[in-house]
Amino acid sequence: MTKATYLEAIRQAQHEEMSRDARVFIMGEDIICNVFGTTTGFVDAFGVERVRDTPISENGFIGAAAGASMVGMRPIVDATIASFLYPAMDQIMSIIAKSRYIYGGQASLPLVIRTCLFYGNSNAAQHSDRPYSMFMNVPGLKIMVPSNAYDMKGMLKAAIRDDDPVLCFEDSTCWTSKSDMPDDPDFIIPLGKGEIKREGTDISVIAVAGAVPLALKAAEVLAKEGISIEVVDPRSLVPLDKPLILKSVRKTGRAITVDPAHQTCSAASEISALIVEQAFDALRGPVLRVATADTHLPFSPAIEKALYPTVDRIVAAARTLVGAAQPVSA
Amino acid sequence: MTDLPNDRSLEKYRRMLRIRHFEDRAEAIHAAGEIPGALHTYAGQEASGVGACIALRTDDYMVGTHRSHGHPIAKGAKLRPLMAELLGKATGICKGKGGSMHLSDFSIGSLGETSIVGSGIPVAAGAALGSKLQGNDRVALCFFGDGATNEGAFHEGMNLAAVWKLPAIFVCENNGYAVSTPAHSAVPVKDIAERAKAYAMPAIIVDGQDVDAVEAAVTEAVERARTGGGPTLVETKTYRYADHAVNMGRILLDRGDEVDEWRKRDPLTLYRARLTEAGVAAATLDTMEQEVADEVADALQFARDSAYPEQAEAFDDVFVDRLPIPDYLTA
Ligand SMILES: Cc1ncc(C[n+]2csc(CCOP(=O)(O)OP(=O)(O)O)c2C)c(N)n1
Repeated sequence: MTKATYLEAIRQAQHEEMSRDARVFIMGEDIICNVFGTTTGFVDAFGVERVRDTPISENGFIGAAAGASMVGMRPIVDATIASFLYPAMDQIMSIIAKSRYIYGGQASLPLVIRTCLFYGNSNAAQHSDRPYSMFMNVPGLKIMVPSNAYDMKGMLKAAIRDDDPVLCFEDSTCWTSKSDMPDDPDFIIPLGKGEIKREGTDISVIAVAGAVPLALKAAEVLAKEGISIEVVDPRSLVPLDKPLILKSVRKTGRAITVDPAHQTCSAASEISALIVEQAFDALRGPVLRVATADTHLPFSPAIEKALYPTVDRIVAAARTLVGAAQPVSA
Repeated sequence: MTDLPNDRSLEKYRRMLRIRHFEDRAEAIHAAGEIPGALHTYAGQEASGVGACIALRTDDYMVGTHRSHGHPIAKGAKLRPLMAELLGKATGICKGKGGSMHLSDFSIGSLGETSIVGSGIPVAAGAALGSKLQGNDRVALCFFGDGATNEGAFHEGMNLAAVWKLPAIFVCENNGYAVSTPAHSAVPVKDIAERAKAYAMPAIIVDGQDVDAVEAAVTEAVERARTGGGPTLVETKTYRYADHAVNMGRILLDRGDEVDEWRKRDPLTLYRARLTEAGVAAATLDTMEQEVADEVADALQFARDSAYPEQAEAFDDVFVDRLPIPDYLTA
């Protein structure tokens, strides 16, 4: 066991899977020069045919990943920053999500689109998006949102081996976090398996991506006040580990969903609806959402950070939930 | 044309006949309410599809468009599953999930007839990339219309194929219109082929009513692709007789006697004359036509006899594993 960062976990997962399976290749903008460190040593190991720099043409190369996967390859596309998926919406929505279905199961698209949630750094609205919940609204795409290095490695390896298209959202606020890494080359965390990151009895906090470390910090604070928080990390949004979430809520009777996405139609909204529909009888109060306000992200650091979920906002929501029965508006 | 009446030339005629008859039947039963949804016919363009596909091997890839009946038939698809798909039956080539705009038969290398204009172009580039990475010599051919060449996907796909020297053939079937919009009012260059210059890609303009000419042009492009010479843009000058889609007549501008002028160069009439001239007996061609009519009738009977999909099948093939079926459908 050696420690690795979240970014190093991505590198390891890709390296191991490309070594294991010659059909796996990676492409994207400026991969060879290795901007973020997720392809260190790849050209030497795999050559420029399998480590491909693309022109700036997201719709083109994400569509090409679809075509290559249909004929038997297993592409990994590095689409760097999540906002850059928008120019490729056509291929992601119309081709990648729908081809298996529309052609009656004739098409297979085992591809991974990696992209990073790059927010909280004064990069302004066009570079600060967390768009996974938009993609949850389209059947046919698996969506993973790992919150630590261990999960990242195990899930990315699973995603590369998966026969369905997977969108891998990498939270940049987790980039430097470290985990112990198993040496087993077949270490896999299947998509659709969430994890209880901390056990608790009073409130289930279901947190997504970079909100998980925040929820864990909030749980520390609240523990000192005698409030016991259970932190649930679904790890993937599609498929979603519904039994894990519902079991936790049935145990605690209270739920807060924490999500860096914009609140309206967020993953938090979907998880809240699930809880209300399927565990209403166990609830001792409203399900609260702690998400990002429905506005664009400003450049100015003076007003950006407070818009996202914070430890303080989670703590405040928890206090409300155990202290008073009245509903709180977000 | 010394060796004209061989199996290959007869096969080209047969495939063009199949498309024409298949669509004639489809249109008739659509009018009678037997086919749901939209129907975009290919009549007038048969030489373009058949000439291009006959230049391919069965294991080569082909990506098509919303005008989706001609391309798979040209590539050699069986008619029964295609007709069943039009009727939305479980035996349809796409199990009743795709319908008229998506008749794709993967068994003959068709990787999708896509109805989002231009969206097949990057896919074809990607299939060609797959061939290159696998070190095989399969090529990928993509059909699209003149209208599609104004989409970003066209330019991105062409650029990618050009810089990576992919074994791709881009076939623009220029039928003069995108729905109601004449190409000259939406495309600033005289010929679509000119657009290849921006990608340093060779381009060929060919008479899209002449199946032999299309075959020759695409064969040249296929050879270049197969031997590492990279992609080619082929522009077939062709025409669709019908409205953009059946029942869309009211939006079409008055084409005057243009349709009649083009009918004088109907690809089937032209080719029948050429075969006859080269010595094929009229009776042989008549027999072939009867066989094709029978094939289409058989496909329709098969389609009619087939069952509709079960409701639960709406949850198949979203992912590899079937999705759970919601209560409101099972209760
Ligand atoms: C992205 C997109 N925009 C608009 C449409 C609606 N539409 C369907 S076919 C068509 C015209 C396509 O023209 P062209 O590419 O020349 O092909 P043709 O129909 O002439 O074969 C349009 C605008 C669509 N299907 N997809």
